Amino acid sequence: MSADHVLAEIKNLRTYFHLAEGVVRAVDGVDLTIKAGRTLGIVGESGCGKSITALSLMQLVPSPGKIEAGEITYYRTVHRTESTSTADVVEISKLKPNSREMRAIRGNQISMVFQEPMAAMLPVRTVGAQIMETIMLHQQVSKEEARKRAIDILSRVKLPNADRIVDTYPFQLSGGMRQRAVIAMALSCNPNLLIADEPTTALDVTTEAQILDLMRELQQEYGMAIMYITHNLGVIAEMAQEVAVMYMGKVVEQTDVTSIFRNPLHPYTQALLRSIPQLDDVMARAGKKKRLETIKGMVPDPYSVLPGCSFHPRCPQYMEGVCNQVVPAVIEVEPDHIVRCHLYASHSANARAN
Amino acid sequence: MTEQTNTHSESQVQAQPQVQPPLLEVKALKKYFPIQRGFFKRVVGHVKAVDGVDFYVNEGETLGLVGESGCGKTTTGRCVLKAIAPSSGEVWFQDPQMGRINVSALEHEQLIHVRRNMRMIFQDPYASLNPRMTLLEIVGAPLRAMNIASGKELEDRVAEMLRRVGLRPEYMRRYPHAFSGGQRQRIGLARALAPNPKFLVCDEPVSALDVSVQAQILNLLQELQEEMGLTYLFVAHDLSVVAHISERVAVMYVGKMVEMATTHELFLTPRHPYTEALMSAIPRPDPTPREKRILLTGEVANPANPPSGCYFHPRCTYVQDICKTEEPTFDEISPGHYVKCHRAAELNLSGVMNLA
Repeated sequence: MSADHVLAEIKNLRTYFHLAEGVVRAVDGVDLTIKAGRTLGIVGESGCGKSITALSLMQLVPSPGKIEAGEITYYRTVHRTESTSTADVVEISKLKPNSREMRAIRGNQISMVFQEPMAAMLPVRTVGAQIMETIMLHQQVSKEEARKRAIDILSRVKLPNADRIVDTYPFQLSGGMRQRAVIAMALSCNPNLLIADEPTTALDVTTEAQILDLMRELQQEYGMAIMYITHNLGVIAEMAQEVAVMYMGKVVEQTDVTSIFRNPLHPYTQALLRSIPQLDDVMARAGKKKRLETIKGMVPDPYSVLPGCSFHPRCPQYMEGVCNQVVPAVIEVEPDHIVRCHLYASHSANARAN
Repeated sequence: MTEQTNTHSESQVQAQPQVQPPLLEVKALKKYFPIQRGFFKRVVGHVKAVDGVDFYVNEGETLGLVGESGCGKTTTGRCVLKAIAPSSGEVWFQDPQMGRINVSALEHEQLIHVRRNMRMIFQDPYASLNPRMTLLEIVGAPLRAMNIASGKELEDRVAEMLRRVGLRPEYMRRYPHAFSGGQRQRIGLARALAPNPKFLVCDEPVSALDVSVQAQILNLLQELQEEMGLTYLFVAHDLSVVAHISERVAVMYVGKMVEMATTHELFLTPRHPYTEALMSAIPRPDPTPREKRILLTGEVANPANPPSGCYFHPRCTYVQDICKTEEPTFDEISPGHYVKCHRAAELNLSGVMNLA
């Protein structure tokens, strides 16, 4: 498999919610590329559209949300040899949510891990039964074989006594074990893409560290791509190779993980990084207190449509007459480092930002 | 306030020799919740949520209290205020009006008085405000209940409080639903600060907030601390946040205090293996690959049926025979640094690695 083989491509995705109070543009023109075997991290604050982007990719947008425009293309590998692979192109955005094709993809080739492991599992059925259901739905195997596979996948997510866990109910497991079971369920059909929506947010730091390590190991073992959604920049630094920062339904900056932390270009990314307490900084101060830098104001209410750049009322580098009037275009400031900001309007592809 | 210079104490946890005794001193605090079974609700055992906790908080400082979920940190915070009555133990509070008092032994009448000075803010800004009360009613409630103010004076004080936490006093007649998470947390803070307290238990006050809002609330807490001379017990699980805001940090594991030291010492030179594992698990916003981290094996012990000896021994990489049978004591290993580990003196543990 080539390193840069594109697995899924999202182009100009717009997912809107038509409510009585107005239209919520949850996802408002998002472009993303997911490469096979790589991890794309998506960061943003609540309501920025990161989860709805993922749900759009799965055709699971909850009503009254609707994909209004855009393309979601999934390059399904059908035949893979040493040197070549032929891809079968699926337009996910054209599929009906409950169509046979979509159901064959969902949970099978593209699967998802949710934030709340308890909510992702049915409390009245055993862990094993729920994993077996997924396996038997997508693969032509007998019940015995499915059970064998369920036990196998449970032991791969490092659950002790997988042959016993398979018959337990979700409530009998601890939070960390439950999240492992949910990951096992998501991996049971060997997906090409795993969407992880804040999978460790509800967990403790030590358990979180275990789950993150596990996901990295499993990625190496199975070679799947991961779309990792979180608001925690620390987790992004550990998990992702590529990072997309979202604000009010748009990707405002996207580049590799090192550049996002070392050379953030968008004022929102910069402000976000400055507003988190940094341990190194705290230790260097040796007990002296300091204030954090904040982003002034707050995220505007979701019904509002701001003219120009949606970050302009909070931006420290706001330019009157430009930022509040013109929607910034996507600019490739450096190779593979794109940003949606007027500050870089004059930059050609090779120019440095500062 | 300073007439009591009680430097001798029977407790093993004792503040540094200083003129003032600590504002809050907790000794052997325990809270057991009964496990009931059957028709007659027979008590078959106890969940030892807090099992003999000692700590102190000096006036004007912030003590961070960290630990995994279920370790008893929230219960500890609530027992300190007697929001839930502790099973046993003492909570000595230096009340400006009543002097040094044991909060855990107080009855209802006196508790109302002491709660002018000891207050609490909660984690969930959506659940901790009554949706049917206006801001005036919410923030004014403690003033009314404690007969501190009423009528126009009450309104003035509420307006003043709202201004202090960064909200417009004109919002006084509105209901909580009109406010965002960060603003609601400010309302909760205004309510806590209304009777002009000395001490605040902050139970995960920023955990439910977004990063940018979290920074605003943390700054506000620091500003108010300086302006009003507040002392915080800051309960949280986010170690970066705790390090940022606290002078000292205490670590809990399964109902027991395992380590307490200044923030700097605890993070750079932890003395308990559990603290070491916690430090190594912190996700850092830095893409530089770092040294292999210590991953804990197994699960957190069940507080209803804890292991023998040191509760941490089944997960500890430095375990020895003594750890399995004998419970270590919570000792002061160096000035102001307390640790509950048999091997604290000999182990050389690593703290947060300095990447700078």
